[in-house]
Amino acid sequence: MRNYKFIIQPERAFVFRALIAQLFQLPTPLRACEEDSTVELLSGGEMLVRALHESGVEYIYGYPGGSLLHVYDALYKQSAVKHVLVRHEQAAAHMADGYARATGKPGVVMVTSGPGATNTITGIATAFTDSIPMVVISGQVMSHLVGDDAFQETDMLGVSRPIVKHSFSVRRPEDIPELVAKAFHIASTGRPGPVVIDIPKDMTMPNERYEYVYPKKVKLRSYTPPQRGHSGQIKKAVELLLKAKRPVIYAGGGVIIDGSSDKLRALVDRLDFPCTNTLMGLGSYPGTGERFVGMLGMHGTYEANMTMHHADVVLAIGARFDDRVTNATSKFCPDAKIIHIDIDPSSISKTIIVDVPIVGPVGNVLDEMMALLDESNEVPDAEAIASWWKQINEWRQRHAMRYEKNDSQLMKPQEVIEAIWAATKGDAYVTSDVGQHQMFAAQYYKFDKPNRWINSGGLGTMGFGFPAAMGIKMNFPEEMVVCVTGEGSIQMNIQELSTCLQYGIPVKILCLNNGSLGMVRQWQDMNYEGRHSHSYMESLPDFVKLVEAYGHVGIRVTGRDELPQALEDTFNKYNDRLVFLDVAVDPEEHVYPMQVPAGSMRDMWLSKTERT
Amino acid sequence: MRHIISILLENEPGALSRVVGLFAQRGYNIETLTVAPTEDNTLSRLTMTTTGDDRKIEQITKQLNKLIEVVKLVDLSEGPHIERELMLIKVKAVGAQRAEIKRTADIFRGQIVDVSASVYTIQLTGTSDKLEAFIEAIGAGCVLETVRTGVSGISRGEKILSL
Ligand SMILES: Cc1ncc(C[n+]2csc(CCOP(=O)(O)OP(=O)(O)O)c2C)c(N)n1
Ligand SMILES: [Mg+2]
Repeated sequence: MRNYKFIIQPERAFVFRALIAQLFQLPTPLRACEEDSTVELLSGGEMLVRALHESGVEYIYGYPGGSLLHVYDALYKQSAVKHVLVRHEQAAAHMADGYARATGKPGVVMVTSGPGATNTITGIATAFTDSIPMVVISGQVMSHLVGDDAFQETDMLGVSRPIVKHSFSVRRPEDIPELVAKAFHIASTGRPGPVVIDIPKDMTMPNERYEYVYPKKVKLRSYTPPQRGHSGQIKKAVELLLKAKRPVIYAGGGVIIDGSSDKLRALVDRLDFPCTNTLMGLGSYPGTGERFVGMLGMHGTYEANMTMHHADVVLAIGARFDDRVTNATSKFCPDAKIIHIDIDPSSISKTIIVDVPIVGPVGNVLDEMMALLDESNEVPDAEAIASWWKQINEWRQRHAMRYEKNDSQLMKPQEVIEAIWAATKGDAYVTSDVGQHQMFAAQYYKFDKPNRWINSGGLGTMGFGFPAAMGIKMNFPEEMVVCVTGEGSIQMNIQELSTCLQYGIPVKILCLNNGSLGMVRQWQDMNYEGRHSHSYMESLPDFVKLVEAYGHVGIRVTGRDELPQALEDTFNKYNDRLVFLDVAVDPEEHVYPMQVPAGSMRDMWLSKTERT
Repeated sequence: MRHIISILLENEPGALSRVVGLFAQRGYNIETLTVAPTEDNTLSRLTMTTTGDDRKIEQITKQLNKLIEVVKLVDLSEGPHIERELMLIKVKAVGAQRAEIKRTADIFRGQIVDVSASVYTIQLTGTSDKLEAFIEAIGAGCVLETVRTGVSGISRGEKILSL
């Protein structure tokens, strides 16, 4: 076993001073030797907290336990870094994730060893799949117990390995500041993702102090994310775009992550090309924009999928040709030359072979494209583009997104989303869970700004929406934050109502209550002759009473006429309260359009009876 | 096609498991794997052989390159290279067989490194093909045990894999 107590300290006198300080509980940190006034002696736990602060952390979402008690004590003694106590560690990860998606900065999670750590796994995987920057600090049993199946020992690095961008284990307390700096650097650069730091308890001993040095610059010889795209490739791409007769720009979450939505908009508008967004990319191009043809893919709009299928040039930006976008890869965009901009080389030609790959940050590549367009004396073929738009507008005329309202008071989920859009003037942060309600929100809430639509697109994690909304609201207290959820999903993290009371987090929860696991039920209707195997939520709680028991406001809406008043109360009367709107919606409703499995982009069901 | 991928890896605990884990997780196949420290004690050198079409190999190398601990990577099979594998093989050697096996080992430039009344232990180096050819030549029937190191490889000429 390593003996940290004998690690050489800068000066004996200093050690002595530190000791005295500790004995008399003088405020730490102490200033060390005169010639180097930056050297401080801190315990591992203090170093961790200090390093988090220096990495720009304001909030940590976490839950304490044995292995982290020294760290929690260090947290207690300072106020720069604030800790939010959740009620389940999974929620801590989703809170950090929601914060990260809305701000672009890494979210921070702190959990104890064993069950605390494993409870974050779903949250880490959710962030990983959507390339969200996150730093997870997990406690670990004492180094000398590692491998002994000690109490609350889990091999967190092993368990999380496939779902992290990187992970570290702390082996010497004095490495903590550097590891924290590295973790933030890795999490937030290149293609972002979660990083785990596993800290054995003995690395944080309060009475063992070491020099605290936060690195000015992170050195990682084997990690150099691309800084710019290949100019030759960018040139080729621009040439292709200028020659296009039926172009489309297909933009995904990478545009939002890179903060390049303005540049996307400028390019689309300049070229006068149609633009479609992935589920993750919604808001990167304005949802009410004239050149926006809607979301594409499995539940994409008719016009977006038709535009993709018939395109001759597809410019994919920060999107990864996910199977929920492409449908059958062999039938994907049969006539198109494809240009793909992505920061991750492994995303390129992974599922769809592309013609012009460009590896680089979206913003930088778009800048170069714009510069080339400025230089060029060529312009897109106006006539061809005009007739392409004519075709697209014909597709739009089909109004495939229309739905029929019931004669009875029972609302369709779509109309509730439209009402929420109107009530929030299209400017709320909207998080969602997973299911039909998620798709309806994506389809019917028009996002004009990036970072406003927050959902678990890649992993599809039920239970994500509510804690994600909390993470956002805490950081944007003045903004409207709405979680669109279902009666199934909300129950996966409903315990966080308690956290909301403790910290006063007045998010608005819109539960589209169809009394069933709607999306599962839809598939069972379509593919299993309506056998609703375990998709019916029997014995639902009385949500209004439930939220009231947690100290919040619950409003039940059973019919159309009640909705306006309920929304008025939610956003005005109870503006500063958490409101749970339990809205009964038609359980028979399906999400359409829906691509036909194993078909091309244009093969869709448009309603229960209508197919393309 | 078979590829020999050679990697300079940070010599850190956990680095190897990330490489191996990647193969398991993404359904890639590792045929052989060798790893040992290099002259620079911060680096390990790892050689692995795997099979797949060009697209699969491209994904494998890209995914490997994404691992933070992978410092450098080369697909040796893309250019002229030397590959070697070492095998220790125990064979039944009694009566007239003894001379025959010795002769075969000589032809393959193998060495008999241990002898007992009825068993020869032979050491053989070469490409994987050569090792297999040897087993075939002496007849799988008299093989008692084999142990192989897996392939190590290096490119020919001036080309160097270093920092
Ligand atoms: C954690 C988790 N478990 C299971 C699923 C599979 N799943 C996808 S949608 C869905 C139904 C969700 O029901 P609800 O939240 O009520 O939403 P609805 O579809 O009814 O709008 C299920 C079970 C999932 N996505 N996530
Ligand atoms: Mg439901």
